[in-house]
Amino acid sequence: MTRLHVVTGKGGTGKTTVAAALALALAAEGKRTLLVEVEGRQGIAQLFETEALPYEERKIAVAPGGSGEVYALAIDAERALLDYLQMFYKLGSAGRALKKIGAIDFATTIAPGLRDVLLTGKACEAVRRKGRDGRPVYDSVVMDAPPTGRVTRFLNVNDEVAGLARIGPIHNQAQAVMRVLKSQDTAVHLVTLLEEMPVQETVDGVAELREAGLPVGGIVINMVRPRILDAEAVRAAEGHRRTDVAKALSQAGLGGARRGGHAERLVGPLLEQAREHAERLGLEREQRAELAGLGLPAYELEFLGDGGDLAGLYRLAADLRKQGVAEEGS
Amino acid sequence: MTTTVRGSETEDNPGGPAPEASGGPALGGVPLLETDPLVDDPATRIIVCCGSGGVGKTTTAAALGVRAAERGRKAVVLTIDPARRLAQSMGIASLDNTPRQVDGIRGEGRLHAMMLDMKRTFDEIVEAHADPERARAILENPFYQSLSAGFAGTQEYMAMEKLGQLRARDEWDLIIVDTPPSRSALDFLDAPKRLGSFLDGRFIKMLMAPAKIGGRAGLKFLNVGMSMMTGTLDKLMGAQLLRDVQTFVAAMDTMFGGFRTRADATYRLLQAPGTAFLVVAAPERDALREAAYFVERLAAKDMPLAGLVLNRVHGSGAAGLSAERAIAAAENLDESRIVDQMYGQAGTRTPDCGSPTAEGEQDQGQHESAQRAHHEDHADHSEPDHSDHADHGDHTDHPEHADHEGPNHTPYESARSAGEPDAAEVLAAGLLRLHAERMQVIAREQRTRDRFTALHPEVPVAEVAALPGDVHDLAGLRAIGERLAAGGPNPV
Repeated sequence: MTRLHVVTGKGGTGKTTVAAALALALAAEGKRTLLVEVEGRQGIAQLFETEALPYEERKIAVAPGGSGEVYALAIDAERALLDYLQMFYKLGSAGRALKKIGAIDFATTIAPGLRDVLLTGKACEAVRRKGRDGRPVYDSVVMDAPPTGRVTRFLNVNDEVAGLARIGPIHNQAQAVMRVLKSQDTAVHLVTLLEEMPVQETVDGVAELREAGLPVGGIVINMVRPRILDAEAVRAAEGHRRTDVAKALSQAGLGGARRGGHAERLVGPLLEQAREHAERLGLEREQRAELAGLGLPAYELEFLGDGGDLAGLYRLAADLRKQGVAEEGS
Repeated sequence: MTTTVRGSETEDNPGGPAPEASGGPALGGVPLLETDPLVDDPATRIIVCCGSGGVGKTTTAAALGVRAAERGRKAVVLTIDPARRLAQSMGIASLDNTPRQVDGIRGEGRLHAMMLDMKRTFDEIVEAHADPERARAILENPFYQSLSAGFAGTQEYMAMEKLGQLRARDEWDLIIVDTPPSRSALDFLDAPKRLGSFLDGRFIKMLMAPAKIGGRAGLKFLNVGMSMMTGTLDKLMGAQLLRDVQTFVAAMDTMFGGFRTRADATYRLLQAPGTAFLVVAAPERDALREAAYFVERLAAKDMPLAGLVLNRVHGSGAAGLSAERAIAAAENLDESRIVDQMYGQAGTRTPDCGSPTAEGEQDQGQHESAQRAHHEDHADHSEPDHSDHADHGDHTDHPEHADHEGPNHTPYESARSAGEPDAAEVLAAGLLRLHAERMQVIAREQRTRDRFTALHPEVPVAEVAALPGDVHDLAGLRAIGERLAAGGPNPV
C-alpha cells in the first residue's frame, strides 16, 4: 500500500493545491497524514490560511468528518542536516560551529545531491517512524515535490550522490532513501492541465520516472472546466438556427429578435464564445487521449475559480476520495 | 464604463518607473505598456522577461523576439528551458547553446534563438580561462561535475554569464532573455553574488589552508574545533569528497577573480538604461502575487522595470450582459420549455417578471458590447458570493460535466430528441450559460488584477488575450506579438 505520495506537476498546474487536497482525502476516516513541502515557498501555509510553517510538524487541518488529521512540515535542508548530524554524531556545539563557518550552507547548497538526500530522507524518515505502540505515526505522507522537469533528478538521489560521496554515512543514507522511494510504499503522482505543454511535460516526466525505476502513481487532471455546449450544437447554431436562437433569446427576456434588436445582436458574440468553447473541448479531447495512452489511473478535479480557499480545498479532497484515490495501490 | 483614456491618471503617478510607457494611454487608471516603442528604440539593448513558472514567459520572450526582428532589429532570444514545441515553433528542431537563425522572419531584421546549456557554458568558461591541463583537471573533478550540473544557482549564474557573452559579441542589437523557472526567478539577480560569496567563503578558505587559520590565530580551541570538524566532514561526506573539493578549489583558484569581475559587470549591465525588465504573469492569484514580489525586488535592486505583461486574459464581445442576467434568462428558457412539454403547446410566453431585463439596461449593455467586461461597472460583482452562486447553479444543472469519458451528454443533445421546436431554446440556454461562465472568469481575473493594481498602480500593463490553443509556428508567435503590441483589451 502506498504510504509516501509524491506530487509533482508543471508550474502553474496547481500541484501544491492537489497535494494538500490529497493529504486531506487520505486523512479521512480517522487517519493521520503528514503534508511536507521541500522548496521553502510556504505554499501550504497560504493554502490553509495560517502563518508560515516552522521546521516542525504541526497539526494544520482536520479531515472532513472530523476524525482524521493533517499535519504539515516545511522541510529546510539546513535544519535537516543539523538534525541528522545531531542524531548520528551527537555533535552539539560542533554543529553550531560548522554552521558558523558556512559548512552547513556549503553542504546543502553547493552539493545538490546532498541537499536532495536530506529533503527526501526527512520524508522517508516520517514514513518509517513508529510511535510507542509500534504503529506508524503517520498513515501516509504527501510530499509537495519540485516540478515535473526536476522531479526525477530530485528523487533519484542515489545517482546524484554516487559520484560525490562514494562511501560514508551520506552514501548509506542515500541508499536507504532510495530503497523507500523505489518500493511499493511510494507513488509519484503528476498533476496536469488539459493543455498541450503540461500534458507533453507529463508524458515526458512519466517516461523519465519509469526509466529511473521510480514508481508512478496516477495522473491528476486539474482545473477541469465544465462542458456546456458541444461542437455540433455550435454548428447548428451558426447555420439555419441563427434566427431561432435570436427568437429564443428574445423569449428569455433579452430584447428584440429582429435584425438590430438586442437579442439579435447578442447572437454573434455568444456564438463566437461557443466556437472557442468547442475548439477548447476538441483540444481537451486530444490531450485526454494522450494521457490515456500512459495507462495510469487518472483523477479529475474541477476548476475552483476563486476557491483557492479552504472550502474549495475540502471540495477537491472529497472529489479525490469519491474517485477512489484512497484505495489506489492498497 | 468605456475604455477611458485618462492621461491625468498617469501623471498622478510621477514615480512611474517606465519612461517608455508613461506617455501611453491609460486603462481604467492603469497605464498601458506599449511594447512596440520599447523594441523599436535602438537604445533598448536587453529585455529580461521574468515571472513565475507556467505563465507563458518563454512564449512571451519568443513572441517579442519575432516582433522585434520583423520591426527591423537584429535580435537574439536566450531561453532557459523551452518546451520542445516552442523550439519547433521557431523552426528549430532543438535549441542548443549556440544561437541559431530563425527562418521566415519578414523584413530587414533577423532573429536568432538559443537555449542555455548550463554545463556546456560552465565548461566553456573553464576552457577559456585555464590552460589545457588545468582545464582538464577541473572538468574531470567529480565535485566540479556536480557543481556545474546542479548547484542551486548554477543555471541562474550561467544565464547571466551567457547574457554577458552575447552582449560582448555585439552581433545583435537586442537581446531578449527568458529567466530560469526558479522558486523566485529573481534568484537570477542574486546568483552571481551567491556563487561569489561561496567561493570566497570562510569554509572554502579553510578547506584550502586549515593550518593557516588555526595556526595564525594561535588558539588551541580553534585547532581542536578544526580537527573535530574536518574529522566530522570526512566521516560525513567521505574523505574522498573532501579531497575532491580541495583539488577543485585549488584548480579554480586562479579563475575566481574573473568570475566575480564578469558577474559584477553583467549585474551593472542590467541596471543600465539600455535594459528593460518585463514581469510576466497570468491573471491568477499566485502568479500575480509573485509578480508583485518581482516588482518590489526589481525596485529594491534599481533594476529598470518596463511593465507587466499579463497573458491569457479573457474578454467577451457581449460584456454588457452580466452573468446573473444570462443565467436568469437561461432559466426562463428552461422553465418555459418545461411548461411547453407539460401542456404540449408552443404558445406565447411571458418571461419571468422577476428577471432584471429592462430594455434600458439592454440598450446600454449592447452599446458596450465591444468593450471589455471589466470596464463595465463593478456593482455586478460587488456581492462577494455572487459568482459562487452562479457556479453552483451551473454545476447542479450539469452534473454530467465531469463524465468526460462517456458519450456527449450536453443539454443541447439530450433535448434535441425531445423535439425540434425546443432545440433553439436549449441551444440559446446553453449559449447563455457559457456566457455566464465567461463573465465569471472575467470578473475573477479582474479581482485578482485589482489586488495587484492596488499595490502597484504605477506599473504599466499590456494584456494578451487568451488563445484557445497553444502556439505551433512562427505565425502563432507573430499573432501573440501582435496582441502584445496592441496591449489593450481585444474583445474575443
